[in-house]
This record gives sequence, structure tokens and C-alpha cells, in this order.
Amino acid sequence: MAKPRLILDNAAIDLIISRFALQIMEDQASDEVVAIVGLQPRGVEFSRRIYARVKEFFPENNLLYGELDITFHRDDVGRGEQILVPKETYLRFSTENIKIILVDDVLYTGRSVRAALDAIVNFGRPKQVELMTLIDRRYNRELPISPDYAGATVDSRSTGEKVKVDWLDNDNKVWLIEKVKK
Amino acid sequence: MANRKSKEIESTAMQHLLGIKDLDVSSIHTIFSTADQFKGVINSPTRKTPALRDVTIANVFFENSTRTRISFELAQKRLGADVVNFSSSSSSVSKGETLIDTINNILSMKVDMVVLRHPSPGACKFLARHVKSKIINAGDGTHEHPTQALLDAYSIREKFGDVGGKKIAIVGDILHSRVALSNIYCLQKLGAEVTLCGPRSLIPYQIEELGVKVSYNLQETLEWCDVANMLRIQHERQDVKYFPSLREYASLYGLTMDKLNALSKEITIMHPGPINRGVEVTSEVADSNQSIILQQVENGVAIRMAVLFLLAQSKLNKIIH
Repeated sequence: MAKPRLILDNAAIDLIISRFALQIMEDQASDEVVAIVGLQPRGVEFSRRIYARVKEFFPENNLLYGELDITFHRDDVGRGEQILVPKETYLRFSTENIKIILVDDVLYTGRSVRAALDAIVNFGRPKQVELMTLIDRRYNRELPISPDYAGATVDSRSTGEKVKVDWLDNDNKVWLIEKVKK
Repeated sequence: MANRKSKEIESTAMQHLLGIKDLDVSSIHTIFSTADQFKGVINSPTRKTPALRDVTIANVFFENSTRTRISFELAQKRLGADVVNFSSSSSSVSKGETLIDTINNILSMKVDMVVLRHPSPGACKFLARHVKSKIINAGDGTHEHPTQALLDAYSIREKFGDVGGKKIAIVGDILHSRVALSNIYCLQKLGAEVTLCGPRSLIPYQIEELGVKVSYNLQETLEWCDVANMLRIQHERQDVKYFPSLREYASLYGLTMDKLNALSKEITIMHPGPINRGVEVTSEVADSNQSIILQQVENGVAIRMAVLFLLAQSKLNKIIH
């Protein structure tokens, strides 16, 4: 097995989080309500950090925060090897007429995002939905979905590789690794 | 982590839900945490998910049922599944068709799962062995009623945060009750203590072998327990008289406000329904703040959604006959 290749180190990820926090604020119109919604299970690690950074930079901001589980809206229920077990959906506001920024760690086939778009309308009709991802694997898309904010792009065309994100307290890393053959 | 958890679930008897006896603790916890999320769905504005949009489920009921059947049907519809209902009274069963033939005929119309209620104990296990479908037991005679036990334990967990270490009394007609047996298995697996209470004639001989305590004194049992699950007197299964009169039963084992007020603490009252008001519990008790009977019904839909959702994902070709 080839050695895992480091794509982003802690400092690079930290910079992306700061950049995204500033971009969210820059894009926000004065009378606009914006909500950051992390996708379960792995997007929430990223979304929590972005939310915390926005609050650090702009403590007065009224940014909303939620976490969304997409299990019930996936298109592969009963088709995979694994049994899907849902995680918690934490959304204590109506999405009606507000701007939603969906946050995930890796954008790959786009199918999770499709499911998330379905799931989010259960909570109201948002004014606008945007997508923010740490990594964009842009040559592996199976649906017409692209991110509005991408931390870094990985141009590997191989499906035998996996992007792995390690979320640790002060040492976040993104790796490109070979998939283990089953 | 997610991987290991999935494997654990895969290895358990999650191809069917025949009874609690064969269900392991990790599966029960998975069902509960999945039900938590479905409760969120039920209480969201749309109340539905499309999770099982490509699954067809047959509800096959050879016995009368209101709540279980509606609960299953609602759960299926909220999951987006297609549903067909079958009841024995209006079917070819009365013309002499066998159980296997009936089910196989239904399955040949491309049905993926069968929810079965049958008056014979073991009917679901028998069927699981002989037909290629996922079977969910919705009550088989006096044997088991797994989804009821799961929703009862789930309601206790919701009320107290945890089932482990809680003292649960199951009161009434234990002899004819599938709810009692499934509840005993489920509560014990989750670490609760169980005491059965009722007239001698309605408590099965040597039931203590299951690790439960038996008491014939209602007031003592109520004083001991955190939760009292009051079972229904099953007139339809009682071919001989097990007690002299309903009035006598109600006075000895029926729960009244006076009996509750005489206790040193407040206990929680459950009932699997349908209630014989004035027999197992008085109206006052059933409608009091201590009763979580209606929460049980609400949780029933979430639990059944969880069971259906998890079972629908397991592969049929992995069934071990």
C-alpha cells in the first residue's frame, strides 16, 4: 500500500477556516439571516470550527447554526454493504426564507449533497442554499453539483483513492490514501 | 468506529424481528438511537421521509388489532413505503388456505417485508424458515410482541434517561400476555429489575426461571417499583375462568388513585392498550400525570419506523435458513 500523502496540514486548514469565516461575513447582506448547517457525520467537525471562528471574529453576529443528518434521504438505502444508522439532526430554527450554507468535509460524488438538499426542505423553503466544503474532488462527480466555497481541490481521477480528514484538537490533517481492497 | 458498529449489527438476527429473546443489546440500542431520529422526523413540519420509497410491505393480520396495525401502517407511510393490508376475516384463509401459501401468494406480488400477527405462538419463526421475506412479528399468540416491548422500554428510557437499574412491575394477566414475555426479555437485557404481579392463576408456573421476581401483593409491588406496566385482562384467550369476577380482580389488582396516593413515592404508569377502564386501571389513573400511556403510543410509531428502516437494509440473500 502506498504511503498516505499529506494534502493539508493543521496550519493550512486553520487558514481555510479563517478564510471561510470572513467570506461568510463578507457575503452576508445587512438584513439577511444566514445559517451554517453541518452535514452528519463528518461535516459537523468542520462546521463547528467555522461557526466558532465566525463567533470569535464577530461576537455580535446573529449567525444560526445547525446539524443535519441525511440518512433518510440517501439514494442507496439497502444497496450498500453497511447498515445505515442515523446520527442526530440538530436544527432549532425554520429554514423558511433564510440563507443556508451546507458544510461538508469532502465533496466527492455529490450524492450526499443531493440528499441534504432534500432533507433541508423538510424544515422550510430556504431563500438560498450554498455549499461549502473543505476538499473538492472535482473529477469524481456523479451529479451536477459544485461547491460555492472550496478549501482545496484534489484532482485525482482515481476512485481507488480516498481523502481522509483527521479532526483532532490542535492537529487537523487531510490525507490522500489508497483504499483498502476488500 | 462506524464500520465496526455496522458489522456488529450485521452479525445479529436483524434479518427478521421475530422476538426480543434473540435480539442482542447492541441492536436494541441501535433501534433506540434510530427511533430518536425518527421522533424528530415525526415532529418536523413534513412528518415524513422517503427512506423506504422503493420498499413494499404487507401487513398480514390473522388477529384483531387497532393500535399495532395503525401504528405499523403509519410508520410505513411515514417512511414512504408502499403498504398492503391483509386481514384473515376477509380472505381465502377462511377457504382453507395454509399460512405458507397465503404468504407466498402475497410475496409473489413483489412484497419485500411482511408484518405478521398470528394467534399461534411461533408462527413468525415458522414462516421465516419457509418463505423468502423479512418477517416482523407483530404478536404471535401468547409468545412474543417485540415492537411493543421495544416501545415500552424506549418510553421508560425517555422518561428516566436509562432503563438500567430501574425497577419495573408487570401487573395482571401474565399467563396470556406476549407483551409480558417480550417485556421481560427486553427489560432484563437493558439491565432493569422485573417483578411480576397478579393472581396466582394468571402467573405461569416456574416463571421465576427467567430471573424475575413474583409477587401476589399489588400494594407491596407498587411500593417497590419505579414503573408499573398494567396489562390488559385478555378475555379472548381465557377459555376457563381464572378469577371469580372482574369486580374482584379490579379490587385486588386494579390500579386506583387511592392505591397510588397511599405510596411513599410517585410511580409511572404504563399500559399496552387497549385499556379496560375500571379493570386494570381506573379512568382517573389512566388520565393522570403519572400515566405515559399516550406517549407509549406516540413512541410506537417511531420505534416501528426504526425497526422497519434497519431491517429493510439487511440483504435477503444473507438469510440463514
